[in-house]
Amino acid sequence: MIELENVGYNYGGGELLNAVSVQLAPGSFHFLTGPSGAGKTTLLKLCYGALTPTAGRVRAFNMDVQGLDRDQMAYLRRRVGVVHQDCRFLDHLPVIENIALPLLVSGRELSHEEANLRELLNWVGLSERAHALPPELSGGERQRAALARSVILSPDVIIADEPTGNVDWEMSQRLLQLLVELNRMGKTILVATHDLSLIRAAKNQVQARVLRISNRQLQLAGADL
Amino acid sequence: MTEGKLRKLVLGDTQANRVVPPSGFTAHLTLFVSGAMAFLAVFALALSMASGRLADQWAEELARAATLRINAPAEQRVAQTEAALEILRQTPGVATARALSGEEQAALLAPWFGATLPAGSLPLPQLIEVTADGNGYDATGLRLRLQAEVPGAVLDDHTRWREPLVDAARSLRRLAWVSILLIGGATAAMITLAANAALAANAQVIEVLRLVGALDSYIAQAFIRRFTLRALSGAAVGVLLGMIGVWLMPEASDEGGFLTGLGFQGWGWLVPLAIPPLGALVAFAATTRAATKRLGELT
Repeated sequence: MIELENVGYNYGGGELLNAVSVQLAPGSFHFLTGPSGAGKTTLLKLCYGALTPTAGRVRAFNMDVQGLDRDQMAYLRRRVGVVHQDCRFLDHLPVIENIALPLLVSGRELSHEEANLRELLNWVGLSERAHALPPELSGGERQRAALARSVILSPDVIIADEPTGNVDWEMSQRLLQLLVELNRMGKTILVATHDLSLIRAAKNQVQARVLRISNRQLQLAGADL
Repeated sequence: MTEGKLRKLVLGDTQANRVVPPSGFTAHLTLFVSGAMAFLAVFALALSMASGRLADQWAEELARAATLRINAPAEQRVAQTEAALEILRQTPGVATARALSGEEQAALLAPWFGATLPAGSLPLPQLIEVTADGNGYDATGLRLRLQAEVPGAVLDDHTRWREPLVDAARSLRRLAWVSILLIGGATAAMITLAANAALAANAQVIEVLRLVGALDSYIAQAFIRRFTLRALSGAAVGVLLGMIGVWLMPEASDEGGFLTGLGFQGWGWLVPLAIPPLGALVAFAATTRAATKRLGELT
């Protein structure tokens, strides 16, 4: 699905990532962990093309990401669902329209997707809050709405950046549950988190691999979590 | 642009329009600017059409009419007039030649000397009105022949008066056209600035749209549509007010001279109706350019 080959990233001030190689196989579930500022978000951005590596190559769906023009990049974004750390909503539109935004921008007829949209809202438990504006939502609700938006185009890969960053334990369990369900439906999942107990909880339900960034390198963490 | 895209631009996609938050202030500014510019364009257009009309009219009237003046002692005047008329009749290119009657000559002098002038008792020169046909006549040849046969005749083909007037009217028309071009350019510049401001103010929105997979063309269209429609409606109001202004101007009259002739005539009233679509076109081009440039700079 997504393949990083000897990828390096340099912010200009210094090297953040060096010789990172990883393959996200279809249907796999990966956690990405590491201390704050280690480059988790950067690595995720490299995966969905928001950043261009300064060394090495990134391939997504057998395409070289660096070679994509702006329109091809937009099409790539439709195939990769991303839950951003800060959610990224349009604050003047209600939740339901924010969730439907990917449908809208890809030119789908919204009236045909009404049932899917209802079902999705129900799945993330936001049916009641459908017409609230994003700033009116709690942290957990925002994260669930962001997750719903990321899967509305039914992408093959879902990338989540600290989806449980500012929600309580119960809510992070619910979010994890949703991600696990998506994985069982065959989606490839990559979650960046520094919450080790979340990773432990996930390991009981799904075969998750844990990638750890340390010293600018990516390592496969063992069972010693 | 395909037909579907054009229809989308005109009719709009209400859903798609909502992705960019409404911006009250710039919207009103764009409306105002395009309205004011359209209003000015109507006047420039009226000026250009009126001066153009005037230039053509003067050039034509003056070119075709000439005056032959016969200064001769009273006893020879009739004979010389007859001779001159004979020569004029023989000259190719002269359509009519007519000696003015005593009353007509008195009427011409009335503004200076009053109606009670005893024209018969004064040694007035005899005037002959000469009208050329479409091809015109050879003024130099005619002069030479008159000099030889009718010594008291002086041909005045009005060239001296005509040329500066026609030149003035033509430069007025040129100036009006330059003004119209400048108005168009200024509109484009101001709409570019407004579009850039709107694109900058909505940088967050654009970023989110890019993140969820929107194509540049989709994002650009939301802005292009807005500015094009605003320019169109602003210009429509401006043109309407401008046309009312022109319509309220006094009718063309001899007393008012050139100034009162400023306006549109007949089909000319339809010409300013082209201003709103042209303004919309200018806005479309300006916003397209601004949006394409701006979006290209984003990652």
